[in-house]
Amino acid sequence: MKLDTPKKLACPELLDLAGGRPALLGSRCRACGEVYFPASHGCTRCCATDMEPYRVGSEGTLWSWTIQGFQPKAPYNGGESEADFKPYGVGYVEMPSGVKVESRLSVADPALLAIGMPMILTLQAYRQVPGEEPVYTYAFAPA
Amino acid sequence: MDNEVAIIGVGLHPFGRTDALSGQQQGAYAVREALKDAGIEWKDVGVAYGGSQDGGNADALSNHLGLTGIPFVNVANGCATGGSALASVIAAIQSGVAEIGVAVGFDKHPRGAFNPRPKDWGLEDWYGETGLMLTTQFFALKTQRYMHEHGIGEDALVRIAQRAFRNGALTPHAWRRRELSYEEIAGSMAVNLPLRKFMFCNPAEGGAALVLCSAKHARKYSANPVIVKAAVMRTRHHGSFEVFNPGLAAQQSPAPTVMASRAAFELAGVGPQDIDVIQLQDTDSGSELIHIAENGFCEHGEQAHLLKNGDTDIHGRLPINTDGGCLANGEPVGASGLRQVIEICTQLRGQAGARQVPGTPRLGYTHVYGAPGVSAVTILQAG
Repeated sequence: MKLDTPKKLACPELLDLAGGRPALLGSRCRACGEVYFPASHGCTRCCATDMEPYRVGSEGTLWSWTIQGFQPKAPYNGGESEADFKPYGVGYVEMPSGVKVESRLSVADPALLAIGMPMILTLQAYRQVPGEEPVYTYAFAPA
Repeated sequence: MDNEVAIIGVGLHPFGRTDALSGQQQGAYAVREALKDAGIEWKDVGVAYGGSQDGGNADALSNHLGLTGIPFVNVANGCATGGSALASVIAAIQSGVAEIGVAVGFDKHPRGAFNPRPKDWGLEDWYGETGLMLTTQFFALKTQRYMHEHGIGEDALVRIAQRAFRNGALTPHAWRRRELSYEEIAGSMAVNLPLRKFMFCNPAEGGAALVLCSAKHARKYSANPVIVKAAVMRTRHHGSFEVFNPGLAAQQSPAPTVMASRAAFELAGVGPQDIDVIQLQDTDSGSELIHIAENGFCEHGEQAHLLKNGDTDIHGRLPINTDGGCLANGEPVGASGLRQVIEICTQLRGQAGARQVPGTPRLGYTHVYGAPGVSAVTILQAG
């Protein structure tokens, strides 16, 4: 999937957009190999502090999911009115290293979501306010 | 053990909404009720621990109760605030700091869901801004995964809520006192699937307090003291599935509940099969579902059958949340854990009226769990 680079990202430090296909970035403990998303300054597994950057990747499987059925209060800043709010999917996606990444999902229909299904990383304009640049975040879509 | 500590007085400011009173006033009310129950006065108390999440400092209760100069320690441990205050008072009495101690929790939360700030949790702004920082979402994601792993259907979630409101209707001080039908719960708004509106408790207000002393002296104050056989608090290990986590570890590990529960049973020298009446954290149906097994009362996956069979009802073999739990009482975070202890004391004293567990219960159990991965368990015995 080729994506135009969005101008405004909520979390630019989490993503590698080089090559036109987004990938998630995290870190790995040099002592025990534990993988973290987002990048961590220390390892809560073995208590070491020597961490290296780690590419968490773009593909995984759905580990759990829900549908956000009501409009969240602040700090959520989707910017829509309560009447315009549309429920959105949220899940954990298990990545090849085993780490599970919490993410918005591209679909919000329970019939289209099942634990174990393959998922692929994409970008989603979660804030679209007229007269403003849309703001993007990472999201997973059924592969 | 000759070093045991007993509860000699309990006091509650009913949970719910009390617009005319501050959280601290509700906390002070609960302390006065507990002192009255123990037949003592505030000036007899030698040490106090307490806390709230949104209701201010507990030691400010002294301004209501009397400035007697005692050590009054503020506790801030989220959902385990009450449990931590209780464990601290017990340690203080056991170490000889005071003969009589008070544990108090109270709170007053704004209406609607909690709105946490990412920075307070060591998270970046994007996590809150993009709509991932909600406790209801976490409970739903954890429940969904658990039901998948253990082959449990939505029926179990409905039955937990139904029993909570049925018990709440029997409890004079409960906030929600209307029984809800199966259909009403199963058809309520999908808040965060698989969890629906009537499967969640609401943030609320209220106060709860206990008066404790050495078990050796308990009979001086109370005809029916309750012995604290264990009061244990634990925090999470690496790999535990906890709230507000953008990433979960590759290998999952047992929840803090499991650790607190095991330690409490070991300390008390009893097992789950010995417990006659149980309080489990039920911020939502899914949490209670998980906690029934995590506390050792059944195997993972057995809950669906237990619930369908009525085993967790007041007249069942594992009576759970006899006062309607958080679902029927709401959750003032600071007070919630001590409400559970008070309900067990009421049951062990045989004073629970229409909701009394039959057959003179002797051993009771309480469990709280919450952010950011803490749990507190008590095991209580009729004295």
